[in-house]
Amino acid sequence: MQLQEQIRNFILANLVVFDDEVEFSDDDNIFELGFVNSLFAMKLVTFIESEFQLTIESDEMEISNFNTINNIVNFIQSKSVYK
Amino acid sequence: MELKNGIKCVVWDLDNTVWKGVLSEGDDVALYPQIKEIMEQLDQRGILQSVASKNNYADAMRKLKEFEIDHYFLYPQIHWEPKSKSIGAIQQAINIGMDTLLFVDDQPFELDEVKSVHDSINCLHAERYTELLTHPSLIPAFITEDSKKRRLMYLQDMERQQEEESFTGTSEEFLKTLDMKFIISEAQEDCLKRAEELTVRTNQLNSTGRIYSYDELNYFRHSPDHKLFVCELTDKYGSYGKIGIALVEMNETHWHIKLLIMSCRVISRGVGTVLLAHIMQQAKQAGKRLLADFKNTERNKMMYVSYRFSNFKEVSKEEDGFVILENDLTQIQKFPPYIDVLVS
Repeated sequence: MQLQEQIRNFILANLVVFDDEVEFSDDDNIFELGFVNSLFAMKLVTFIESEFQLTIESDEMEISNFNTINNIVNFIQSKSVYK
Repeated sequence: MELKNGIKCVVWDLDNTVWKGVLSEGDDVALYPQIKEIMEQLDQRGILQSVASKNNYADAMRKLKEFEIDHYFLYPQIHWEPKSKSIGAIQQAINIGMDTLLFVDDQPFELDEVKSVHDSINCLHAERYTELLTHPSLIPAFITEDSKKRRLMYLQDMERQQEEESFTGTSEEFLKTLDMKFIISEAQEDCLKRAEELTVRTNQLNSTGRIYSYDELNYFRHSPDHKLFVCELTDKYGSYGKIGIALVEMNETHWHIKLLIMSCRVISRGVGTVLLAHIMQQAKQAGKRLLADFKNTERNKMMYVSYRFSNFKEVSKEEDGFVILENDLTQIQKFPPYIDVLVS
């Protein structure tokens, strides 16, 4: 499975979106698409860390690394294991 | 007995612990003296209770009903599986730390088996059950309205879970059906005890791990330089009680969140960041910069992630492990549509 697709499936399954019929591209801001509550934030971090065997450092926990599917994919690929 | 402070839940064995005799061997069992009074007292104090017993479920429940004590127990585990498994199930269902559970059983084997799997649990031999009411670890500093209602609130949780499990739509559709109201207000005197109780009870989502006393909170409530927010969540099943507080220090240029606490019980309802969004809106309206303290306590990573995903950035690290975060207030989330947020 493509990274993009994997991330998209996770978001669809876990983010409580504002609009049931939502469609979004790999560059749409997910923080504007639904309500990013503590639970989703934590699940997303845990999902990325366990699924891709990496550790997200405090200074990497920027919204800009996680606000779109493509940004998440770029972030994962920037971590050493995937270089 | 050597128990850690702050027991939140007592898990009882039944045979030769709660009652004399072995039910499955056909004994005509009878409650030990004072057992019922002890259970009632613990319940009044807001200490939860459950059962881990090797018995036939239907038989044991019938007996508990006959003795009129069945209503005290949340998630009773009555089956033939190892008790460590029962304890694990209770702890997960109630969602509290293993070190806040006390397991009472008459058989050393059972106490050891549970202890071997759950190292941090507290154990007590059943012959010492009369010590339960006088031990400091089972005497909460304050008994509030919320503590007296605690068991009922957990029972409402069980109902919610059953409904959620049988609901076939999406999670946002389910959340909409709950008719949730999130009420934010500035703390009044009558909720300070509960606020103090929250600082003591809620380790997992305390932004700094700091614990405040009643007197300190009362000082902040009167201080013109502070705001003490309290929030309550209700839904169609009833109230979750006071589930969050925030202490904000104010000066001419800044608002500074010194403490943010959310009860773990409401996290699954997706309301964990509503209070934070409210403070962000207020600070922006007042034209102030917004800072927040965070200190890693090993149990509050979710709080850090919540701050960062609400666009707080680290601006400095203090020597004592405190991190200061700042939010430029350019991106503030709207409240989720499935919650009615009321500010009073």
